Amino acid sequence: MKRHIFFVIAAIGLSIVAFGQRLPNVELKTLQGKILSTSSIENNGKPILISFWATFCKPCIKELNALNDNYPDWKKETGVRIIAVSTDDSRSMARVAPFVASNGWTFDVYCDPNSDFKRAMNVVNIPHMFLIDGKGNIVWQHNSYVDGDEVVIYQKIKELIK
Amino acid sequence: MTWIQKTKILVAALALMFWNMASAQEDEKGYVSGNFQVDGQTYRKDSLTGAEDVPEQMLINAFGNLRYTYGKLTAGLRFEAYLNTLQGISKNYDGTGIPYKYFTYRNEELEFTVGNFYEQFGTGVSLRAYEDKMLGIDNAFEGVLTRYNPVQGIFLKGLVGKQRNYFSLGPGIVRGIDGEMNLNETFRLDSLTTQIIIGGSFVSKYQPDRNPTLILPENVSLAASRLNLQHNGFSLQTEYAYKINDPSADNLNNYQPGQVLISDLSYNTSHYGVLVGFKWINNMSFRSDRAAQENQLLINYLPSITRNHVYSLAAMYPYATQLNGEAGVKGEIFYRFQRETFLGGKYGTLVTISYSRVNNIDTTNLPMWDSVHPHPDHYKTKFLSVGDTRYFEDFAIEIQKKISPNLNSTWQLQYTAYNKKVLEGKDGMIEALIAIADITYKFRPQHSLRTEFQYLNTKQDHGDWFSGTLEYTVSPHFFVAIVDQYNFGNPEADRQLHYYMVRGGYTRGANRIQVGYGRQRMGVICIGGVCRIVPASTGFNFSISSTF
Repeated sequence: MKRHIFFVIAAIGLSIVAFGQRLPNVELKTLQGKILSTSSIENNGKPILISFWATFCKPCIKELNALNDNYPDWKKETGVRIIAVSTDDSRSMARVAPFVASNGWTFDVYCDPNSDFKRAMNVVNIPHMFLIDGKGNIVWQHNSYVDGDEVVIYQKIKELIK
Repeated sequence: MTWIQKTKILVAALALMFWNMASAQEDEKGYVSGNFQVDGQTYRKDSLTGAEDVPEQMLINAFGNLRYTYGKLTAGLRFEAYLNTLQGISKNYDGTGIPYKYFTYRNEELEFTVGNFYEQFGTGVSLRAYEDKMLGIDNAFEGVLTRYNPVQGIFLKGLVGKQRNYFSLGPGIVRGIDGEMNLNETFRLDSLTTQIIIGGSFVSKYQPDRNPTLILPENVSLAASRLNLQHNGFSLQTEYAYKINDPSADNLNNYQPGQVLISDLSYNTSHYGVLVGFKWINNMSFRSDRAAQENQLLINYLPSITRNHVYSLAAMYPYATQLNGEAGVKGEIFYRFQRETFLGGKYGTLVTISYSRVNNIDTTNLPMWDSVHPHPDHYKTKFLSVGDTRYFEDFAIEIQKKISPNLNSTWQLQYTAYNKKVLEGKDGMIEALIAIADITYKFRPQHSLRTEFQYLNTKQDHGDWFSGTLEYTVSPHFFVAIVDQYNFGNPEADRQLHYYMVRGGYTRGANRIQVGYGRQRMGVICIGGVCRIVPASTGFNFSISSTF
């Protein structure tokens, strides 16, 4: 009988567990040093693209340049919001704001100096990108960047808003 | 029980499960997520490079995180396996275990964690627990952490714990509190164009004194204060910390107090940014075990002021922060020449100029206490004094230029001076000139070839190096690369070696697998001014990682 009770409990347990990720609730910093909770990140029910990067990560910068080139068009067509999360620690965190300004990036950039958000999102290596639907569910992710990946990224955003 | 009863229970359970699935709202569900990575390498003896083989033939480092979230609750753990530890990372990791497990509750204003956690106060000069698998660093706390946001703009934290030391805990107990206040938010100064954030922290460690000859302080405290000012594109961030006497293995039982001042001032506008900074450290090693060495049981983090270079030869001589004392300055200009200007061309040109220099601090040795014992303070120094010995200097110009829609390039020229005698305890000053060209050509939207050429010129150390890379990528799944680092200028003719490496990788979503074969030169990997030495190796390597 014990085995059956265990089975019933396990069935209830499993039924309320889903594999996958939602946006966790941790603290980030804005480029001005303000504390910002990730739970406040939203885009009026439209998709959000979050990319983890660092000023010393060459492929990350390539990826963000490619996203920046496409951002005006993508925003117009899909309403997507792009957020770049810098994992630079206090050694290079002060570089982030001037770095972003000179690159002319137009998306929001936040700082994750002790990798709290990176850890909560289970990121192993950067660049790592997450596509989030309007309800805060992570629907697609991609690790690393090679030239041309923006083609696939755009496809995934289009599929999401269908 | 008959089979009918069994079936009834089974049906009831299944019905319950589906009913639950259907009725559970999204925020009522629990979520399981995680990641894992496995890195392995085989080791072959290579008499030319000095690479050693290992009795195990193959070494593997691996870890997996599992995280469960249910509403405001999160629980997680990390399993780690070092069977046995890859070369270059401490062999004290050999074995397996679950060194990271925690339970967190978080609502809008309060967060409470029991178990293991990472944390940083301010810039980290008073306290920083973090992990970096590349460096083999993990000084996570095991204890209790609370964060509290009582009113808008005020953030308080408190913690107590012991720190991770490989698969056990260090002997010291660490206690810390930190507070930060955003004046504009707290006092609703919406019309003020200047943003002011102030903060302060207090950290104390306890370790019993079992030394038969010296009277050691059992409780050592550190206090820090910080300021962040923002005004019309200007940004100032500064933090000062003071630590009472803390004799340790690092400072050879020096009893004088420690100090650090770290400052960054930047200005940025639409197409350029300027950054200047300085740092002054005296006697600021702070560990939860006075006898700890290398990267173990560090309570605080003293970031390096030098630039973190991306290219391999540019990073040949990286700088590690000198915890016992250093004085450094840095300056960096980021400038984008706009499109359709003379220097900007059709696509714009990005120029980055960076400079950094670190010297010793000016000290005067104090006379011996008696014939055997040194003066307890060892030396005296003035706050912000700069000595004559150059530890490190680095000047670089980097130009990023898109030549056509399919052709992208990065060019870099660099001068680096590295005081090997001070930083590694051998030889003398190394001065190197480095030139880099990195060119990517896109054949088709998702096919590109990247070529990278690097040249390092020096009369010291191992002489001149050349490095060439060819990398072919097919988005979004594949890459193959060939890298050859050729030490053609080595003063010993039989050490003029090629360090070749062939690599390939496949990525699908968040799953990644990479394999490689070749020779790795002996070198230093540094992240944030914290370094580890990687011995020369020859063999096959692989890496598999995934996030789910």
